[in-house]
Amino acid sequence: MTPHPTLEDTADSILDHRLHWRWAAPVLALLLVFPLIASALGMDFYVSLASRILIFALAATSLNLILGFGGMVSFGHAAFVGLGAYAVAIFMQAGIVNAWLAWPLAMLVSAGFALVIGAISLRTQGVYFIMITLAFAQMLFYLVTSLKVYGGDDGLSMAGRSILGFGLDLANERVFYYVTLSIVVLALVAVARLLNARFGHVLQAIHENEVRMTAIGFPVFRYKLVAFTLAGALAGLAGALLANLGGFVSPALMQWSQSGMLMIMVILGGVGYLYGGVMGAVFFLLLEELLTHFTIHWQLGLGAVLLLVVLVAPNGLASLIKLRRRT
Amino acid sequence: MNAILVLEQALNGLQFGLMLFLLAAGLTLVFGIMDMINLAHGSLYMVGAYLIATLTDALGNFWLGLGFGILGAALFGVLLEVSILRRLYQRDHLSQVLGTFAIMLMCNETVRLIWGAQPISLNPPPALAGPVELFPGFSYSSYGLFIIGVGLLVAGLLYLLITRTRVGMQVRAGAANREMALAMGVNVRNLFTAVFGVGAALCGIAGGMLGPVLAVQVGMGESILILAFVVIVIGGIGSVRGAFLGALIVGVIDTAGRALIPMLFAMLMSPEAVANAAPAVASIMIYVLMATVLFFRPRGLFPAHG
Repeated sequence: MTPHPTLEDTADSILDHRLHWRWAAPVLALLLVFPLIASALGMDFYVSLASRILIFALAATSLNLILGFGGMVSFGHAAFVGLGAYAVAIFMQAGIVNAWLAWPLAMLVSAGFALVIGAISLRTQGVYFIMITLAFAQMLFYLVTSLKVYGGDDGLSMAGRSILGFGLDLANERVFYYVTLSIVVLALVAVARLLNARFGHVLQAIHENEVRMTAIGFPVFRYKLVAFTLAGALAGLAGALLANLGGFVSPALMQWSQSGMLMIMVILGGVGYLYGGVMGAVFFLLLEELLTHFTIHWQLGLGAVLLLVVLVAPNGLASLIKLRRRT
Repeated sequence: MNAILVLEQALNGLQFGLMLFLLAAGLTLVFGIMDMINLAHGSLYMVGAYLIATLTDALGNFWLGLGFGILGAALFGVLLEVSILRRLYQRDHLSQVLGTFAIMLMCNETVRLIWGAQPISLNPPPALAGPVELFPGFSYSSYGLFIIGVGLLVAGLLYLLITRTRVGMQVRAGAANREMALAMGVNVRNLFTAVFGVGAALCGIAGGMLGPVLAVQVGMGESILILAFVVIVIGGIGSVRGAFLGALIVGVIDTAGRALIPMLFAMLMSPEAVANAAPAVASIMIYVLMATVLFFRPRGLFPAHG
C-alpha cells in the first residue's frame, strides 16, 4: 500500500499517511486564489463548479475511509450523502436555517442511519457486503421517493442557503467556495489524524488481516462499525453542502448510480491513499466537464479514459505519483 | 376472480423470473469461476436486444433475427473477453468494477451513436401476438407462455450441460475451488472464454425475449443488471441452482408485489396514501428480501464455494 520507508520518513510507520504539505500547500495556495483568477478571466461560473468538485472530493474521501482503509466496499454511500442533503432541506422547511445547527444535525442523521445499517451489514463479507449496503440504500431511495410531503419524486426546493453568521453570506458563490474549501481541508486533516492515530492503525490492520486482529483480541466489529458511522457522518456533511450548493434536493442524489460514481471516483483516484478520493473526484468531474464541451457522446471518451487508467495504473492515479517520486 | 388474478400474476412472475435467470446464470458463473465482477453483463443484454431488433427488421423474420442476434451477442461477448476482460481476471475486484464500468459506458454510448437515443421497437412474431385461452374464463398472452417455455427449456439444457458433461464438471469444479481446478489441469483459458460466450448468448436470449415486453433502449442493461446481482447474491455466488431459485423468488415477489400491494393497501388506507406508498413498498420488497436472506444466511441460500 505505502512504499517502503525512505530516509525522510523513517519515523513513520507504513500505516501512517502524511499530508505531504510540501505538495499540498502549493495546491492549497492555488485553490485559495482560484476565485480571483476565475473572476479576472470572467469565468465566475467555474467557482460553483469548483465548489461542486470539492464537495464530491469530501464525499469520495469519506468513502475512501471505509473502502480504502477499512476494506469495506460500500455500494450505498450516496444514501448517506442524500440523507444529509435531505436533512438540511427539511430543517430549512421547518425553519432551522442556522448552518451551525443544521449541518451538524445533518451529519448526525447520516451517522445514525450509518450506525444501524452498518450494524446489520457488517455481519456479511465481500460481495455480500457490497450488495447488502446497496439494498439498504435502495430502500432509503424508494422511501424518499414515496415521501410526498417532501416532494417525493420531484424533489424539494430550498428557500435559500443556510445562514452561517459572522458576516459570511453563503449566497455569495465566492464565500460558499471558501467555506467549502475550509471544510474539505479540515476534513482531510481530520481523516489523516484519524488514520495515523491508534484507531486508524487498527482499522488498516483489520483490512490487512481481520482474522489475526480478531485473534489478538481487538473488537474488530466495533472498530469497523465506528469507521462506517464516521464515514456516514462525513458523507452527510458533503450532502449538507451539496444541498446548499444546488438549492434543491431530489431522490436522484441517492440513486445507486450515484453510489457507483463515488466508488468509481475512489478507485480511480487510489484506494487507500489519503488523497485518493480527492484526486478521483477532481479527475472524474473535470474530465466529464471537459468532454461535455466537445461532444454529446462524452461517455465514450470517459469510458475510454477510465479503461486506460485501469490498464496502466492498477492502483489508481495517486499510485502513479508515488511511483514517480520513488524512482 | 381472485384465483384468476393470482394465477395471472404467478405466470407473470414466472416469466420475469426465468428471464432474470438467463441473465443471472451467466453472471454467477463468471463470478464464481473467474472471480470477476462484470458490470458489462447488462451491456451484453442490451447489445443482444438491439441486434435482434435490427436483424428482425432487416430479415423480416423474428426467428431468423433471434437466431442471428443471439449468435451476434455471443460473438460480441467472446470478443470482449479475449480483447479486454481477460486482462482483468488477475486484478482485484475494485479494478474490475472500474474497468467493466468503463466498458458499460462505452457500450451505452456506442449503441446511442449507432441506433440513436430513442427506444426502438421489437415486435413479437404474428403467430404469438394474441392471447390464448388456457381454460374457460382465463386467457394469457401467448408470447408470455412462449417466454416461459423458452426459459424452462434453456434452464433445462443448462442443467444438463452443467451436471452431465465434462465441460460442466470443469465449470462446477472451477466454481467450488478455482485453484484446485487449475492444478488438476483444466484448460482455464478456453473454459473461461466458453463460459463467457455462453453467458453472453444467454443474455442475448433474454434480450430477445424481453425486448418486445420492455423497451429496447440505452440503459436497459443497468436496471436489470442490479436485479441480476440481487438474484445471484440471494442464490449464493457461483451456484446455478441458487441463481434459478433466486431468480424465480425475485421475479415472483417483484411482479406480485407490484400488482397485489396496491390492492392490499387499498383495503387499509385512503386512495391517496395508496398512490404514494404502494409503488415504493413494491420496489423495496426485493431489497428487504435480499437484506433478510443475507442477515440469516450471509453467503446466500446455496453457497457454491466449499
